Parts: sequence; C-alpha cells; structure tokens
Amino acid sequence: MKKHFGLISQFAIGVLFGWGLIISGMSNPQKILGFLDLTGNWDPSLAFVMLGAVLVGLGGFYVVSKRSEAFFGGALHIPTRRDITKPLIIGSLIFGAGWGIAGFCPGPALVAIGAGHLKALVFVVAMLVGMEICERFFQAHKKKPNPT
Amino acid sequence: MQIDWFSFAPIPALLGGMILGVAASLYVLLHGRILGISGIISGLLHPSLSDAGWRVSLVLGLILAPFFAALFFGIFPIVEIDSGWVAIIVAGFLVGFGAQYGSGCTSGHGVCGLSRLSPRSLVATLTFMGAGFVMVFILRHVIWV
Repeated sequence: MKKHFGLISQFAIGVLFGWGLIISGMSNPQKILGFLDLTGNWDPSLAFVMLGAVLVGLGGFYVVSKRSEAFFGGALHIPTRRDITKPLIIGSLIFGAGWGIAGFCPGPALVAIGAGHLKALVFVVAMLVGMEICERFFQAHKKKPNPT
Repeated sequence: MQIDWFSFAPIPALLGGMILGVAASLYVLLHGRILGISGIISGLLHPSLSDAGWRVSLVLGLILAPFFAALFFGIFPIVEIDSGWVAIIVAGFLVGFGAQYGSGCTSGHGVCGLSRLSPRSLVATLTFMGAGFVMVFILRHVIWV
C-alpha cells in the first residue's frame, strides 16, 4: 500500500514539475533560445524562472538539511561531492552546446512529447543513445553514476 | 543588448519557476532524492527491479503534464520547434552525453544544485549556460542557420 502511495506521489510531482515548465514557458524551445541569444533580441524570462525556483528551493533544501531521512521514510540520497572535476566541466560544455542547438533539455523534451511533438520524441531517443554511449565508453570505471 | 519585450514574461516565469521549486522541494522532502530529470531517465537504461517503478512514474507524470494542464486549467503548452531533424538528433545526443558526463542537467544542477548551494552545480550551471550562449551566438549570428 505504501509503495503505491510513493509511486502516485512520484507521478504527481512529475505532473507538477511539468506544469511549472509549461507555465514558465520553458517547455517552449524558442523561449530557451530567446534567453540564450544574448546579443540578439534577448528574452530574460529564464533568469526569472531560475530565481523563482531557487527562492523556493532554498527553503526546501534547508529543511532537508536538518533531517536524517525522507518524510516517506528511507535514506536521503543527496550528493556530497564538492570537487570541481574535468568531467563536470566537459560534460556541462557538451550539454550546453546541445541545449543551444535545439533549445531542449531533458524535462521540457518529455513535456513536449506529451504535447504531441514527434521531434521531441526523437530528441529523447537521441538523448538516451548519448547517455548510453557516455556510460558505456567513458564511464566504464564507474559502477553506478550518481546524478548531480 | 536589446530586450525582447514582446516575449519577455516575468510574472509567468517567476510563478512557473516557483512551481518548479515546490516540486523539487517536495521531491527531496518526501522521497529524499534530487529531482534531476537526466539522472532519473538515465537510470532507466539499466533498470533494477527496485527503482524502475518510481522512475517510470515520474517520467510519465512529466509526459502527461500537458494533458492534465488542459484537463484542469484549459492551458495548452506552446511548443515551437524550429530545428530540423538532423539538428534535433545532434542536440539530443549532445544533451544526453553531456548530462551523463557532467552528472546533471538544468533541473539537477540548475534548480536543485543552486538551491542546495552546491559549488559543483554552480560551476556546471555557469558552464552550460555559457556554452549555450556561445552555441546560439554561432548559430544565429556567425553562420546563420
């Protein structure tokens, strides 16, 4: 019973995050590219999205930092690394380059699939291929990649 | 610099951003995990019985978000994709590879990482934003595609 509740909660949080992307306009690649086009006709919206998200997130993560386990029980899986590494920089450079080509990142691409866009589906398939190739050929030493 | 006043929408941006913050906060408070979409998806490439279920639930929630937005609020997301198929495939590959290699994306490093004041995430966010600025500059103002 509890397991089902957890899955429903995961689903609901996914919907909520998707709504945040839709309302903020970030599910639209043209809005992203408008922000990234600093020297063109610049749309600063994304900066306000980040501001809103981090203002709320600071509170949430502050509360979590005072706890030893999640409210639904179970351990906290929060990254503890603080070292700035080459893979972090190179990976982020590659990610940003891809982001700047189409204006899609993983979350908005999933939302766009649900809005019925075939190109978003193709994007996500290519993204999965990229992840798999990276994991298989460039992170073979790593047993289980720990996100963020 | 010239501001695109026609597209610039600070109030929905701030409001939508706050909803992202609420979702990320709920996720870590209830489930104890970072709401990093790339990490949640990449975990599905080699799923284990114990975590495939929740990963799929979250991904399904994101995909069905437009449906529920239309159902409850009559809101339909605007999605304008101008890129051609080749650009989409190249972009998808780079985003996937980069997020995997750099341990996160706009949600994990951007929203969650900055919220928990992680120095790694700050560096990652500044780096991918910088790379995005440069890529758009090249594509729109240098080679003009």
